[in-house]
Amino acid sequence: MSFPDPIQVFKTEAAELLEQIETGLLDLTYDLTNKDQIDAVFRGLHTLKGSGAMFGFDALAAFTHHCETAFDRVRKGEVTATEELISVVLEAKDHMRALVENPNAEHDAVSTRLLADLHRAVEALDKAGAAPAKASGPKETLWRIRFGLPRNAMANGTNPLGLLDELRDLGPCKIRADLSDIPALDALTPSDLYISWHVEVTTAQPKSMIEDVFIFVMDEMQIEITAIDAGKAAAPAPVPAPQKAAAPAAAAPVVEAPKPVVQETASVPAVRDTSAAAASATDPKQNRAAESVRVPAERLDELMDRVGELVIAQSRLRQLAGRNADIQLRAVSEDIERLSGELRDTMMVLRMVPVATLFGRFRRLVHDLARETGKVIELITEGETTEVDKTVIERLADPLVHLVRNSVDHGLETPEMRRAAGKQEAGKVILSARQASGEVIITIKDDGRGIDRDRVRAKAESSGLIQPNAALTDQEIFQLIFQPGFSTAQTVTNLSGRGVGMDVVKRTIDALRGTIEVASFPGEGSEISLRIPLTLAIIEGLLVRVGGGRYVIPLSAVEECLELSLEEDLRSRGRSFISLRDSLVPFIRLRDLFHTGTKPDPYQKVVVISTGSERVGLVVDQIIGDHQTVIKSMSKLHHDVATFSGATILGDGSVALILDVVHLVAAGQQQEAQMRIAG
Amino acid sequence: MSQALRKVSETVWSEGEELEVLTFDIAGETFALEAVRVREILDLLPETVVPGAKAFVGSVLNFRGRVIPLADIRLAFGMAATKQTIDSRIIVIEFDIEDEATLIGIRTDKVNEVTTLAKTSSELPPSVGMKWRPDFISCLVKRGNDFIILPNLQAIFSTSHDG
Repeated sequence: MSFPDPIQVFKTEAAELLEQIETGLLDLTYDLTNKDQIDAVFRGLHTLKGSGAMFGFDALAAFTHHCETAFDRVRKGEVTATEELISVVLEAKDHMRALVENPNAEHDAVSTRLLADLHRAVEALDKAGAAPAKASGPKETLWRIRFGLPRNAMANGTNPLGLLDELRDLGPCKIRADLSDIPALDALTPSDLYISWHVEVTTAQPKSMIEDVFIFVMDEMQIEITAIDAGKAAAPAPVPAPQKAAAPAAAAPVVEAPKPVVQETASVPAVRDTSAAAASATDPKQNRAAESVRVPAERLDELMDRVGELVIAQSRLRQLAGRNADIQLRAVSEDIERLSGELRDTMMVLRMVPVATLFGRFRRLVHDLARETGKVIELITEGETTEVDKTVIERLADPLVHLVRNSVDHGLETPEMRRAAGKQEAGKVILSARQASGEVIITIKDDGRGIDRDRVRAKAESSGLIQPNAALTDQEIFQLIFQPGFSTAQTVTNLSGRGVGMDVVKRTIDALRGTIEVASFPGEGSEISLRIPLTLAIIEGLLVRVGGGRYVIPLSAVEECLELSLEEDLRSRGRSFISLRDSLVPFIRLRDLFHTGTKPDPYQKVVVISTGSERVGLVVDQIIGDHQTVIKSMSKLHHDVATFSGATILGDGSVALILDVVHLVAAGQQQEAQMRIAG
Repeated sequence: MSQALRKVSETVWSEGEELEVLTFDIAGETFALEAVRVREILDLLPETVVPGAKAFVGSVLNFRGRVIPLADIRLAFGMAATKQTIDSRIIVIEFDIEDEATLIGIRTDKVNEVTTLAKTSSELPPSVGMKWRPDFISCLVKRGNDFIILPNLQAIFSTSHDG
């Protein structure tokens, strides 16, 4: 196994840090004084600078340094964060990403401009709010600090002497080391830290400054900071007897340091994000991160392939064992079956990631959209813990960007229009995800003006998509917006209106074997639901035989199976319909479609499949049964064959093709339409 | 177009004056493929016909748990089908199609040997007097009285893809 390229490792780390910085910055827009988030941003910048310099990204380190300096001042309470500062740093963050991705390109111009912006923002801060913390007067206080570091602190690179030096910088210190925990020599591990400290420091700085000394180790240490009355400070305070660390690990008291509240009146449209507020309790998040292991996605895919092969091999074993009377062989086969089934289930769970990772990126998008459009937008995310296959998540990102942009640009009105319509000024965009029977349903909902049916219709007529005065249901009209080149926006904005986008959405969702549903009410808003199968890797399928070939029909699309009666078979020579509980369902003879050239079996079967409301029957020779289908994609050489969405490997090692339901239903509908015209 | 394809054929030799190839027979002609592309040589496997696909890549097969297309070069060269014999083999090669590494099986009548061809004995296919499409051939290499055909897979597979 080769060692990962350190540069690549840094890039991965940097990407995470940048994300952390972005999250922090966006959270700060709701609460400019949120200390946790300020610290998070600062820590992110600091680490990025440090590791950037270590890996030779000097331009990045130098640039990040300036942002870090600015945030350091915010953190120390010298100045207060403003919307302006956050916007500049957000932009700077994007630039940092460019510096990480492409360190050798020419970045000087952008760097210089951003630094000038940053400089201006910081200067504005200085004018706006000379730190009230300082203004509160240089009243010196005696602080008593007790702290103990975890045993492995030094192994992790923390130097306690450095911490003590920093405390000395705050003011005169009295330091006493508590040696009571040092074990006997034979039990002592030289690299472990057994000493804790009692420090008394007299300083004019606020408590938060003392806490800052420990900012990078705060999470794991025990610390107690108490103020002793200034008067007593003169008296030689008796150092209390060393207490055993009675306080549990979580002793670090969270103290609301008095913060300068110089709230800038928000001149830019504010974006509110309720989920962010709810998520601002960062601790559980961090804990979760600590317990996870990072694995390159390709390895997961490889493992998935192996598991897929195992499932195939196992079903071969089962067939063999079924033919064999050996009890022991059967027992082993059953064990293997159970184990491989469990392994497959575990594997599927491994590939699942919460949609929060997907939704997260929309906060930034909405933030930027709000600035660009001048609309006030509230992004609400629901069901973020819903888990979806990793590949599905990746492929959903682009369509969702289009849909959210669309909601903001076409759906939501300007604040003035909203007021006039008697709505809240802030338009809502709700992104939600939930699971329902093997599918995940992702909904993008807004409370804007809704889809203008007449305009869609007019537009479709003028561009020749539909016949004038064609009778269309609402659903059919809404589906028109997914046609290529369709856009009702009268002016092309930066965001949307070029008519590309929605057809991309449609194509991606089709490729994911999903469906799109649109609901819209004039003046109340629209709701677009994407229904997508949970996983792309394994599906339940119905194995059928047509001529000599075997094919898999995704079981989720199968409505029912029935026998094609002889008279229907004969009658259907002219028209391919069967009547199914009083409705006519068109059917396709797969034998004809596939040109099998074999004689049909005497009793033909019909498998009725559907996508939502449309149904079509597939005539097959034999229904073999259900089959756990490990989906293998077909190579690009076969991308022109629309009838099949993929292939799978059967128990005997041969390949069966998976029928593309969407395509077949469309073909069936087309056939029906032709029949209608023919009368 | 043909200019570009000529360029491709030049690059076959870019590694040096010699090229290591695997030679095989199809319909009485000897072909050669760069040995580095070859992943495996298989006995005939059960294949699955893909209805609606072009005859040139009319079926797929199971190669160690992967579904790979099986290409029949003789159809690209308009050769007559030959009967399967005890010598029939499938050569699995790795080939980039639209920047995606793809495994492709190639049906052959017989696999001969791995050998080294010298650039000096190679020549571009004549543009007239040949029954095959010249752009499907990178070059011809003389060996004894006969010659070996180096097919231009890029051209063959991209045609089958576009057409």
